[in-house]
Amino acid sequence: MSTPLLSIKGLTKVYPGVVANSDVTFDIGEGEVHALLGENGAGKSTLVKAIYGLIRPNEGTMEWRGQPYAPSAPAQARATGVAMVFQHFSLFDAMDVAENVALGMDNPPPIRELAAQIRKVSNDYGLPLDPDRLVGDLSAGERQRVEIIRCLLQNPQLLIMDEPTSVLTPQEVEILFKTLRQLRAEGRSILYISHKLEEIRALCENATVLRLGKVVGRADPRQESARSLAEMMVGQTLHTPSRETPDFGKPLLEVSDLSVASPSAFGTALKGINLTVRAGEILGIGGVAGNGQDELLGALSGEIRAPSGMVRMAGEPVGQYGPTARRAMGLLCAPEERLGHAAAPDMSLTENALLTGAWRERLVNKGFVNWGKAKGFAETIIKRFDVRTPGPHVAARALSGGNLQKFVIGREILQRPSVLVVNQPTWGVDASAAAAIRQALLDLAQGGAAVVVISQDLDEILEISDNFAALNGGRLSAPRPVQGLTMDQIGLMLGGAEGDTDVAA
Amino acid sequence: MDFGSINPVVLIATLMVAATPILLAAIGELVVEKAGVLNLGVEGMMIVGAVSGFAASVTTGSPYLGMLAAIVAGALVALIFAVLTQILMANQVASGLALTLFGLGFSALLGQSYVGIVPPRTEKLNFGFLSDLPVVGRILFGHDILVYVSLAVVAGTWWWLNNTRGGRVLRAVGENHDSAHALGYKVKRVRILAILFGGGCAGLGGAYLSLVRVPQWTEGMTAGAGWIALALVVFASWRPWRVLLGAYLFGGIMVLQLNLQAAGFRIPVEYLAMSPYLITILVLVVMSSNRARTSLSAPGSLGRSFHAAG
Repeated sequence: MSTPLLSIKGLTKVYPGVVANSDVTFDIGEGEVHALLGENGAGKSTLVKAIYGLIRPNEGTMEWRGQPYAPSAPAQARATGVAMVFQHFSLFDAMDVAENVALGMDNPPPIRELAAQIRKVSNDYGLPLDPDRLVGDLSAGERQRVEIIRCLLQNPQLLIMDEPTSVLTPQEVEILFKTLRQLRAEGRSILYISHKLEEIRALCENATVLRLGKVVGRADPRQESARSLAEMMVGQTLHTPSRETPDFGKPLLEVSDLSVASPSAFGTALKGINLTVRAGEILGIGGVAGNGQDELLGALSGEIRAPSGMVRMAGEPVGQYGPTARRAMGLLCAPEERLGHAAAPDMSLTENALLTGAWRERLVNKGFVNWGKAKGFAETIIKRFDVRTPGPHVAARALSGGNLQKFVIGREILQRPSVLVVNQPTWGVDASAAAAIRQALLDLAQGGAAVVVISQDLDEILEISDNFAALNGGRLSAPRPVQGLTMDQIGLMLGGAEGDTDVAA
Repeated sequence: MDFGSINPVVLIATLMVAATPILLAAIGELVVEKAGVLNLGVEGMMIVGAVSGFAASVTTGSPYLGMLAAIVAGALVALIFAVLTQILMANQVASGLALTLFGLGFSALLGQSYVGIVPPRTEKLNFGFLSDLPVVGRILFGHDILVYVSLAVVAGTWWWLNNTRGGRVLRAVGENHDSAHALGYKVKRVRILAILFGGGCAGLGGAYLSLVRVPQWTEGMTAGAGWIALALVVFASWRPWRVLLGAYLFGGIMVLQLNLQAAGFRIPVEYLAMSPYLITILVLVVMSSNRARTSLSAPGSLGRSFHAAG
């Protein structure tokens, strides 16, 4: 490789109070799959936004095949040959696939022609897609296909993929990788952003590691172990959560034949869910987003009521109770969405501590709030869970995702639940905070609580849970012990086909 | 009671005239809401349009120059809203309500010297022998130009929203402004233009009231037409042709109410006067009983302020 396709030299981007990128330099060659590694907040997104023309760097230059390259808008980047698949899909639910694709192109052909092109290209790359379907009705994997097809139709030289696999099943990841390898064989370059190290080792030939906005390492991921890459990323030795051999007690949470409708328009109804979690047990529930995770959490927390017998806690029917009554009995929950569901963004940490802790921590007396006690409770959470914040008077909105997540999980754990249900406990949390949260969940189970961990991060589930079940289309597979479970079996469970394994084999 | 005295042909022809102001205002607001902005100031923009159009046509002697002035005036009032909500990031609901109150007061001030004056007449278009045809002639070929303009605006809006790139971008901005921004579309610019279009339409609708339908200037003469237009957009679940249907339905109720009174039908007028709102509430209830349908019709980012992140 003589001249690199894209060469970034000394790129710096400063936001008020934060240096997002500082003197970042690296090259991407023609036909190269280059990994950009880093924790949340390491500056990966800022960097690719600069390449895609969404923001302008304060300092530094970029060169495209040796020519100066300084896109002032995404349209200019697209015209040069840069295409981007966003982490949070830039799609429009109420519009169909063809319209969504057209919106991402600078000179789209008439819709009918475009629909024919979509059919052709999507079949060529093994990503079949119906251009007339409404995007709101598609699964996460299919939505990503829309994004990828949108990029491919512009015949890009450089494809940027921001965390493309976070919402895919292992099988869908395989399909995606096949497509990406096909693209590389065609001589296109790919900038692949992820914090999933195994994927990067399987796909990329070069990696640039970012930490706190700076390049801290370059490596050939095929030569490194996942652990060495992780430590480069985090900058410290990782602590792996552990606990003693589990010892299960009596069933604390029993769900039998639970079927409820979803409260949201694009949600998934739960169909005939059965599960039992014993004291000391951690049940991991995997599944691709949108398969009923939010509904399951709602049905367990009491936000969605069910006929009383469908949900039992320590043998007692609680299905008809709302969240407050269930909290009083010791069934606590931490939902996925931190801002707006788990915490009220504009309220202080003290007020947020009060919101769920009022009853179990006796922060309210005869209808009056005991502010001193509430503040004390918030301070305890901050101290015990190492929440980095100036103090409990700070608004929840002002905390970073990881810190707020530690606060939210800590708030529930410190109320000594006998059953704790968490959804995506470490989503968007950096590796060391994630390890701390996982350890806290393990300690809780060790202390005799039943814990349900709903997560899309399979590695997380495999690391901490005793049993694994998969949600697919609102149905829950029968739980299986995590020990001895292979990735293939998990993939089949996630695909809703676990009952057919024997037939297929 | 004498229903025989109500002539259906006259009724239809009159309701088209009665519906034109709310039709114009509603189709403008539809575009604004499709872009994700909720402008509750329709009533204010209408009445400023009404007084400006009236003043301009009395001064120049031409009703058409008056209508042009009304469009500009409506758009100028809308510009205040656009600056407040899109540039200064003010709350849309509060700004819209303020715009209505401001419009009502401001128009009363402007119109002080125009009370009791008769404006120049807006002629009906002459279609020759077509206008003399029985039934059809009166309904289809017996109106002034604005009735046809309003129909053309509905058809044009429908076509533009569904078949052009601009329309697609506008819907995209209203559906999900973060995605639209990520794709490089100018969310604020699209929204400001949509707000100006809505203001122009509302202004023209107001001028139709003061120049054709009434025709004279009285303080507060829009009398809630702007609110009916707002209700109409929801009633039509954000679809242009349904706006037309709804406008003629509500227009029909307004006309019928006068006819029934004349026919000596003993029902308090107030029942009919409130019926558009009751129907809208009913539609809202029916729509929200089917969740999938609501979420597909209301623009996803409706009423949300857009802050560009990073």
